[in-house]
Amino acid sequence: MSPTDTLRFATRAATAYPLRTALMTLAMSIGVAAVVVLTALGDGARRYVVGEFAALGAQLLIVLPGRTETGGVNPGSFVTSTPRELTNADAAALLRLPLVQRVAPITVGNTEVAAAGRLREVMVVGTSTDFLELRGMRMAHGSFLPREDFERASALAVLGDAIRAELFGHEPAVGRMIRVGDTRLRVIGTLAPGGQGLGMTTDELVLVPVATAQAMFNTNGLFRILVETTRRDALPAAQRQLEELLRARRDGELDVTVITQDAVLGTFDRILGALTLGVAGIAAISLAVAGILVMNVMLVAVTQRTAEIGLLKALGASTASIRAAFLTEAALLSVAGALTGFALGHLGAWGVRLTWPMLPAWPPDWAVIAALGTALGTGIAFGVLPARRAAALDPVQALARR
Amino acid sequence: MQHSRDVRTAMAQIELDGINRIFRLGDSEVHALRDVSLRIEAGDYVSVMGPSGSGKSTLLNLLGLLDRPDGGNYHLEGRDVTTLSADEQAAVRSARIGFVFQSFHLVPRLTAAENIGLPLMLAGLAATERSARIAQALRAFGLEGRAHHRPEELSGGQRQRVAIARATIMRPAVLLADEPTGNLDRSTGHEVTALLEALNTAGTTLIVVTHDPAMGERAHRWLRMEDGAIAQDLRRHELPA
Ligand SMILES: Nc1ncnc2c1ncn2[C@@H]1O[C@H](COP(=O)(O)OP(=O)(O)OP(=O)(O)O)[C@@H](O)[C@H]1O
Ligand SMILES: [Mg+2]
Repeated sequence: MSPTDTLRFATRAATAYPLRTALMTLAMSIGVAAVVVLTALGDGARRYVVGEFAALGAQLLIVLPGRTETGGVNPGSFVTSTPRELTNADAAALLRLPLVQRVAPITVGNTEVAAAGRLREVMVVGTSTDFLELRGMRMAHGSFLPREDFERASALAVLGDAIRAELFGHEPAVGRMIRVGDTRLRVIGTLAPGGQGLGMTTDELVLVPVATAQAMFNTNGLFRILVETTRRDALPAAQRQLEELLRARRDGELDVTVITQDAVLGTFDRILGALTLGVAGIAAISLAVAGILVMNVMLVAVTQRTAEIGLLKALGASTASIRAAFLTEAALLSVAGALTGFALGHLGAWGVRLTWPMLPAWPPDWAVIAALGTALGTGIAFGVLPARRAAALDPVQALARR
Repeated sequence: MQHSRDVRTAMAQIELDGINRIFRLGDSEVHALRDVSLRIEAGDYVSVMGPSGSGKSTLLNLLGLLDRPDGGNYHLEGRDVTTLSADEQAAVRSARIGFVFQSFHLVPRLTAAENIGLPLMLAGLAATERSARIAQALRAFGLEGRAHHRPEELSGGQRQRVAIARATIMRPAVLLADEPTGNLDRSTGHEVTALLEALNTAGTTLIVVTHDPAMGERAHRWLRMEDGAIAQDLRRHELPA
């Protein structure tokens, strides 16, 4: 029997039982679609986070209060308790290191902002003039925080675009007075819309000098210090310098953590990559289930068509022809399922991108190839047993069956 | 027996020697064929009759290489076919043997033309060559208007005509029919018998298992089976008048 005839014969057999074929295709396609959508979601999240961190610049070191036990970087780096605070004096000392080019101490807190009779909750970031460059932000109007001593609590503020629009609408904001918490501040500049970084959009922030924020929130400590080195390749050396200086400043005990952006990025990359892989693996189990379904359906088909198989044998069909016919039928079911699932999965990923435009939810190539491969592989592998059973039937007994 | 040439000329188309077929079901044994020896010449017309369970179908299945004997030898056209592998036997079936069954055995999802073309497709003939031969067969069996009908849309007689067209499309040397008229009414049965006899007249060896004495009597040679053995073997001209 020629390959074309085998394919035609198998297609006729598959389409002769439309309900069975449709259900089979559905089962297989759900598995493939699940892999495609879930990996698109996972990989989209990974790329989103990596992109957010990349916006911080490539020569960045981050100093966090507290020391992680392992010394390595893990998600715990961001939540450890604070044994001794990081201070503005620490930040100022870091700025004097030869390999350091910019330093931005950061304090954050939530409070109310009020102006022109309007009032709202806001996140206040206390920082310094270098923050603008470090975060790659752009000004819309006016100027950013001036270069001055970290300890100086000037009564100045820079507004994110959304805050500016809410408080002042179309009127110019620069030069106006606002009240943040209990402090009256003068607006000296507004940020261009759409700034991103550290998982928050800058549109919703109010930026003030670090000492102003510390007074506002009644603290001496810093949330973290961002440090930019002079060169990218100076990163390891700068990290050692930072650690030595900070150790010296706190009686020989290094109770802060200095991490590089690469380490942070690498960690998130690994965590989210592993998550995507795990999700893909779970979805792939549904493919294996679909494969077993294919086997069952084909076994039923062999039983239903026993008389037909006997007839084909009586008409001179070789065992190879019969095996090929049934294997092709199983393969057809899987191919139909895989292709339908592929289309459904891409539809789903498109839906995800519509719903969350900031997520680049494209399924990674490896996931698509693995899903289609697993679908075809299981379908064909699980088709072998029924096909062999069909080919091994005794023709006399098969013919006797009605 | 020294000269192979002599052996060949001496051999009939079908030669069975001491064939035994025993079915075992648990402890019990059914001796379906006992020491059957038989020679059938090419072009002969043989009817096989006898009570139910006497081994007629078993004999036909063995002749058609669908079943293997537990003992004895089977020579088809001078070749020992008992020792062939399953696929070699399939090739012999494809080229030399045609089957007609009581229950037609048409593939329900395929049209009449496709059912008739099955043996050609299984033998790997090109589609163009197939369609010419299928068209010819449809004409020969009066099925031109039914080419694209499925079996369920055909009458019993038409179904059996499709089955006979399929059995003969490879131009087999031997046509085996197991109660070909068993599911048909009397007049349709006559039509089908006439078709089979026409094929025999054209040179095909015809072996028919039947319960119908009227049909059995039309054959040139009568075999009567009883309890797995050939109890009677008569030629038409030997019949008492
Ligand atoms: N697969 C089988 N397993 C066990 N016994 C079988 C099998 N096939 C046939 N037999 C037995 O062999 C004997 C001969 O059966 P066979 O089918 O050849 O009879 P038959 O002459 O064709 O009968 P009928 O006229 O009813 O068709 C019977 O006793 C039957 O029960
Ligand atoms: Mg019988």
